[in-house]
Amino acid sequence: MMDIPHAGYILASYLLAGVIVAGLVLLAVLDDRAQRKALEKLEAQGLRRRSSGQTGVQ
Amino acid sequence: MLRFANPTLFLKLVRWLIPLAAGASAVLLAWGLYLVFAVSPEDYQQGATVRIMYIHVPAAWLALSCYSLMALSSVGSLVWKHPLADVSAKALAPIGAAFTFLCLVTGALWGKPMWGTWWVWDARLTSVLVLFLVYCGIMALWTAFDDPARAARPVAILTLFGFINVPIVKFSVDWWNTLHQPASVFRLGGPSIDPSMLTPLFVMAGGATALMLALHLAGMRTEIMRRRVRNLSQQLARQDGGS
Repeated sequence: MMDIPHAGYILASYLLAGVIVAGLVLLAVLDDRAQRKALEKLEAQGLRRRSSGQTGVQ
Repeated sequence: MLRFANPTLFLKLVRWLIPLAAGASAVLLAWGLYLVFAVSPEDYQQGATVRIMYIHVPAAWLALSCYSLMALSSVGSLVWKHPLADVSAKALAPIGAAFTFLCLVTGALWGKPMWGTWWVWDARLTSVLVLFLVYCGIMALWTAFDDPARAARPVAILTLFGFINVPIVKFSVDWWNTLHQPASVFRLGGPSIDPSMLTPLFVMAGGATALMLALHLAGMRTEIMRRRVRNLSQQLARQDGGS
């Protein structure tokens, strides 16, 4: 790969794409996990949405 | 279509739509990378550097697609005041910003060996930079309000105002004399790229689009949960205050 002219530019592009994709996926997973945990904690205290039994945006 | 805008039904649908989109993305990106590095030829002028195109161009398409979807969601938010429309717009902003950033940096990494410069203030590059700054402004505005319901209207107005830039990005290479090459895929007269390069480009773009869809749906689901957490926390605070 390093024999190819401008290989560093190509490698840097694909590495950056990998880092950005991994970052987006990781942030999505961590955020999802945090909100799920917070919701479970609140629901464990007996709190329910007004339209309990349903899931939705309030 | 409006039936699917019901949050309860939406949450049921995303349970299988997210893994489906994520799986399709993984398969397409793996196939695309194989085509890019093992099958597609080098360009007769650019050599192997043309391989940056398979990341740069899908990133550019998604930067514009995310913004167009965000503008569409903003119309839904302003006209029908549908809470899922705000949720959709909010979830798209960081994804669009990430793809725009990737497009700008890979453009610089492609520009340096091919043009001899990382950056020029030409119409295409500058309008994409403006697009990135608009994305950042929209994300900042979302975080400036405690209540997402109150943020929805100003964000939607800013998003629609910023949409003016989308056709400028697309047609900048036709309207002005730029260092950036003119459109070579979506243009009158058909693509000017050889099928041996067009196929991996479309496969990579398909994979990136499926990834964007999976991230968007996952972001919407998380945002719905965040709003539920906020409402339940307020309910708890009211109970504590009342007792």
